[in-house]
Amino acid sequence: MNENGTNIVVGGAAGQGLATIGRLMSRAAVRAGYHLLVDQRYMSRVRGGHNTFGMRVGTEPLYGPAEGIDILVALNEETLELHRGELAEGAIVLAGEEIDTGGLNALRIPFKKLAPKPLFHNTVALGVLGATLCNDVAILEALLAETFAKKGEEVVRANVDVVRAAFEWVSEQAFDFSCIMPPEPDAPTRMMVNGNEAIALGALAAGCNFVSFYPMTPSTSVAQALIDKGAPLGLVHEQAEDEIAAANMAVGASYAGARALVTTSGGGFALMGEGVSLAGVSETPMVFVVAQRPGPATGMATRTEQGDLDLVVHAGHGEFPRAVLAPADPEQCFHLAHRAFDLAESFQTPVFLLTDQYLADSYRDVEPFDIDGLPPVARPMTEAEEGYKRYVLTEDGVSPRLVPGPSTPLVRADSHEHDEAGRITEDGMNRVVQNSKRLDKGFGLEDEVVDPDYYGEDAPDVLLLCWGSSLGACLDAMDRAETDKTMAVLHFSQVYPLCESLFLDDLEKAGTVVSVEGNATGQFAKLVARETGFQVDEYVLRFDGRPLTAEYVLAGLNGII
Amino acid sequence: MVSIEDYGEFQTTWCPGCGNFPILASVKTALAEMGVAPSEVMIASGIGQAAKLPHYMNCHMFNGLHGRVLPLAQGMKLANPDMRVLCVSGDGCSYGEGGNHFLAAIRRNLDITLLVHDNQIYGLTKGQASPTSALGHVTKTQPTGVRSAPFNPIATAVAMKANFVARAFSGEPEHLVSVIKEAMDHPGFALVDILQPCVSFNKVNTFGWYKERTYLLKDHDASDWGAAMAVADEFGDRIPLGVIYRNDREAFPLGKRLACSEYDRNDLKAVMQSYT
Ligand SMILES: Cc1ncc(C[n+]2csc(CCOP(=O)(O)OP(=O)(O)O)c2C)c(N)n1
Ligand code: SF4
Ligand SMILES: [Mg+2]
Repeated sequence: MNENGTNIVVGGAAGQGLATIGRLMSRAAVRAGYHLLVDQRYMSRVRGGHNTFGMRVGTEPLYGPAEGIDILVALNEETLELHRGELAEGAIVLAGEEIDTGGLNALRIPFKKLAPKPLFHNTVALGVLGATLCNDVAILEALLAETFAKKGEEVVRANVDVVRAAFEWVSEQAFDFSCIMPPEPDAPTRMMVNGNEAIALGALAAGCNFVSFYPMTPSTSVAQALIDKGAPLGLVHEQAEDEIAAANMAVGASYAGARALVTTSGGGFALMGEGVSLAGVSETPMVFVVAQRPGPATGMATRTEQGDLDLVVHAGHGEFPRAVLAPADPEQCFHLAHRAFDLAESFQTPVFLLTDQYLADSYRDVEPFDIDGLPPVARPMTEAEEGYKRYVLTEDGVSPRLVPGPSTPLVRADSHEHDEAGRITEDGMNRVVQNSKRLDKGFGLEDEVVDPDYYGEDAPDVLLLCWGSSLGACLDAMDRAETDKTMAVLHFSQVYPLCESLFLDDLEKAGTVVSVEGNATGQFAKLVARETGFQVDEYVLRFDGRPLTAEYVLAGLNGII
Repeated sequence: MVSIEDYGEFQTTWCPGCGNFPILASVKTALAEMGVAPSEVMIASGIGQAAKLPHYMNCHMFNGLHGRVLPLAQGMKLANPDMRVLCVSGDGCSYGEGGNHFLAAIRRNLDITLLVHDNQIYGLTKGQASPTSALGHVTKTQPTGVRSAPFNPIATAVAMKANFVARAFSGEPEHLVSVIKEAMDHPGFALVDILQPCVSFNKVNTFGWYKERTYLLKDHDASDWGAAMAVADEFGDRIPLGVIYRNDREAFPLGKRLACSEYDRNDLKAVMQSYT
């Protein structure tokens, strides 16, 4: 039994509906008051191939994914073969009766008996899992009713009957598994969202009303969530013919007054480079979500990595300011997505949200986001005086941005070097003045940098330096480390620009600084070195396409702590 | 009343005698005659000699990237549907670098008008072959002549049943003005391919070459797709000018002007509720 919550893995072939089981079970767990963390590792196939849906439920907040399985739901033989070795002490296997579970602690489910129609076998599995977890059957019944409401009462009733039968069957079995009882039932209703959904919600909260994209895993679900939920909020969406079009379309929309978002992953983002540069020179606010997966090129489409930091920090030719935000969890996804739109509009330049497959697909339980408490988002002007100049020189480099509209002065945007009025010119002096004006906005952006978060003891023996989605694994590792050494974690949710006054002290005071990153070359550590001169001492790097876990970090720290 | 003077006069960097001059004048004339004020039209352009056009008149404008005028313009229209959107660029920009966008724009059928200054050459980069350069056309970068068959934009657009397909010639400005007006008034995506001599870099397809071959279409039924395909195929000794194909496929649906849109917090709260 895992002290840090119950680790559940549902495994099977793609197309067997394991994600449906996983998602419903996850929502039921959140409704029952558990904390939740989902780690979906799946293969890039619609059918066949081995997929897993992993979730951790517990009564305390959970930070990162964990190794070791407490409940293994094996929808096929292969699942058992592949994950047998990962079973923790006291683990139980839930599998169909035709699967040979050998001497393992197992519940062998008579699927055919509990539901004659194969269509309902997922509901059987859900019921058996729910009962094993001591879930209240009423919660699952309510969820099934909501899920199948559109399909009519009969379908709802059939599913509810099956889930009840499964509960009853489990109650008649003698088996050995101690579930964690849910916390007090008066816990507030929490939401279950993954990183991409949280980004979509943050964008909507910021007034995002335009998204253009070209499908690419693991970014697509941001656009999908916006399309699913954005209609009542006036969202316009378009699947472009390619990423180049997606970027340019959003630039056009932003120029014309939309609050525009583009979603993509590394390969698609590589195609957007010129559009990024266009946003920079034309001073058009833009937010890009770049959800990382392993490269180079097509890499591993459904796996995770933090390998595109260098690409995003340097994307686009020429020199212009930018901000790169890297949320750690769905809460930060929401708040940083909101912030990205404000930064983009305030400084009229591209802003990036850098996430990855692990975070994109990782469901968590979160408090409903406090939208009333959000700061206002900067807006462009819709009216201006005659004589308005789009790129007028100002103290901080930010020229008031006017949205083109009838009966207002003309708005002239240009990808060439241009004068204050937006007219093409090759004048050398003007070039220096306009280029400097754009770069001056970078000073304002630096004043707005999000403070890195520091966890743990001051001046520790060992400091784990991390960014983006690696935070959870680092915090877990610090919690679980069996060492006399003092430890701390320094996490960056904004990775560019870096302001050394906010963190250099922490790095210098630490004994050994270890950079923990999901890439092979320590890109963030190198960025820190470039910007501050500080060199980390050690690295724990993971680039096998799997998310960083506490176990992985601890193994990497072997010999250091 | 809108007059052509409202659109202003600006110094250009075009070569004397370039076909771009009469096109610029025709755009201004068409807009003025339609009663569209400079603040009522957004002109998007790509990169090339033709794409400099919006710099030389008063209008809202976005001079974007080489090849990307169409996505840029479609974004502008989606965000601000109340405004007219005109796209201006060269043959290289529109059919070469932006070829995929050209096909997609026809399919998407947003209510925008694309004017292609088709000089069958890359003007700005000093005379390389373009997608519409004729087979065998010799340039410095194609010293043994163009080997790829020319792209026929009209036939492509007609084959795809674009909502409005026309050809004009910078040497027939009155006709050009009327075609631009018709294109802008036609719902959905409209293409006007405008033959435009480049006096500096295309010594084959000169003003005289076009003048000799072009003729105004008469008795052509532009709603007849088969007839339009036949006309579209004609480019050689004789080159037809006029509206070649007209379709009434429903234009891409447009919503409200996004700059003025504000959401209701209760709607957002309802969305969040759906995640519990
Ligand atoms: C991405 C990119 N590639 C290449 C260029 C260089 N370039 C500028 S204009 C042009 C071709 C222009 O030809 P066309 O579009 O026919 O316009 P014209 O100058 O003939 O009016 C090229 C290749 C560029 N600006 N951007
Ligand atoms: S190079 Fe050709 S297209 Fe360009 S301005 Fe001169 S004549 Fe016109
Ligand atoms: Mg050309």
